[in-house]
Amino acid sequence: MRPLPVGAHGLLIELDTADEVEALHAELLRRVADGTLPQVTEIVPAARTVLLDGLADPPGLIAELAGRHIPPLDASDRPSVEIPVRYDGPDLADVAALWGVTPDEVVRIHSGTAFHVAFCGFAPGFGYLTGLPEPLHVPRRATPRTRVPVGSLALAGPYTGVYPRSSPGGWQLIGTTDTVLWDPQREPAALLSPGTRVRFVPQDGPGPAAAHIQEAAR
Amino acid sequence: MTDHAFCVARAGALTTVQDLGRPGHAHLGVPRAGAVDAPAHRLANRLVGNPESAATLETTLTGCAVRVRRDTVAAVTGAPCPVTVDGRPAPWGAAVRVPAGAVLDAGPATHGLRSHLAFAGGIDTEPQLGSRATDLLSGLGTDPLTDGAVLPLGRPYGPPPAADAVPQPGPPGELLLPFLPGPRDDWFTGRGLHTLATGRFRVSAASNRIGLRTEGPPLERARTGELPSEGMPLGALQVPPDGLPVLFLHDHPTTGGYPVIGVVPERHLAAAAQAIPGTPIRFLPLRSGPATS
Repeated sequence: MRPLPVGAHGLLIELDTADEVEALHAELLRRVADGTLPQVTEIVPAARTVLLDGLADPPGLIAELAGRHIPPLDASDRPSVEIPVRYDGPDLADVAALWGVTPDEVVRIHSGTAFHVAFCGFAPGFGYLTGLPEPLHVPRRATPRTRVPVGSLALAGPYTGVYPRSSPGGWQLIGTTDTVLWDPQREPAALLSPGTRVRFVPQDGPGPAAAHIQEAAR
Repeated sequence: MTDHAFCVARAGALTTVQDLGRPGHAHLGVPRAGAVDAPAHRLANRLVGNPESAATLETTLTGCAVRVRRDTVAAVTGAPCPVTVDGRPAPWGAAVRVPAGAVLDAGPATHGLRSHLAFAGGIDTEPQLGSRATDLLSGLGTDPLTDGAVLPLGRPYGPPPAADAVPQPGPPGELLLPFLPGPRDDWFTGRGLHTLATGRFRVSAASNRIGLRTEGPPLERARTGELPSEGMPLGALQVPPDGLPVLFLHDHPTTGGYPVIGVVPERHLAAAAQAIPGTPIRFLPLRSGPATS
């Protein structure tokens, strides 16, 4: 765990693995929930780091975290979501070629993968989902699309994501969902937040718009 | 809609609704948003008796004008500009009575960039995630104003305090940006850090609420490539591959893959909010090492 200074009131804690990031993030959220973390405005997990901002005493928190055992992550603690998907994206055949399998195999492998949200960014409600093994990582499109439709299921590098609104984008599009990823009038506004477990459920034709949200049994 | 509202008579180049923003949602990819010149926003509210969290208008360079539907008390702060009520001169930086049907016009900034217009009761649009702020990155909040748009006002809170200190800003000769090095200053050579501390930089015309872009000598990197995406704080000096630092302002993306060489403390961002394109910039490194307040 390497703490790096971020201005006068922030800390960027760098870790060796994505699992360590998730374990530290879960520990920080537990401590926010039980009121034992000093006042903090933002806790932003990312690929190999957790950013804390709005701290009164960053060195004090460094000292305290350094002497503390961070328990490994208990995945059953995290909320899980199933997202119905039509695997009908324009890049499905290209992804199948990159993987060296048939498009049907892409559907079977992708919908059989247990994903989780490593972090969010790019746009509100956009989660970077990990879970695909390294041989299945794919490059971005050589030429980004000027408009990717809302609800597009897409792959790039180690990540899977769903576009919460239409925007330009360079990811490989393999499917479509009617699930609303982001609705600022909803509580919570974001369907996916860091740590959420996700499975994609294949569907034929137009399907129900709502995802099945299950709170983890404790 | 209530008749306690105003109609936009002249939207100006870019006028948005701003308040203190929506901190606490960066982990969902939601920028903080809110007034870039927060002291000007707070002062405008105090002058009309509002709490500092009430929503105001933030203009860009050319000001804006609104016609109020009811007798209203308003105030203009931030970038100094000519203020008129139905064409008659009115004071900048003071509470102004605007009769029902009259047009309050905040003209082009005489210096600086962003003026704030506060109205007694505040702008009463629907909050999203606890804020009414327009967020140009993610599209939250009210869209930038257009001519003819109608925005509701809240019920006035009561008389403003009897006195307030209204600083009269002069034209800034240069923008001084003190920064604390890190977290990724080790991605730059000693020469790159020296360039930042001594180089002649200017505010680029491509600046906006997302970031203040710079023109000047590129900073030499010690390492090439990108970082795995990491959290980005307000005030970050992020250095993209062209080597020219971008100062992240309130609508900045919450994660990014380019190294942050230093962070400008929030109290210095109000000056950045008022720096027009071409303004010389001087970056001033503060001591490195463990951060303290």
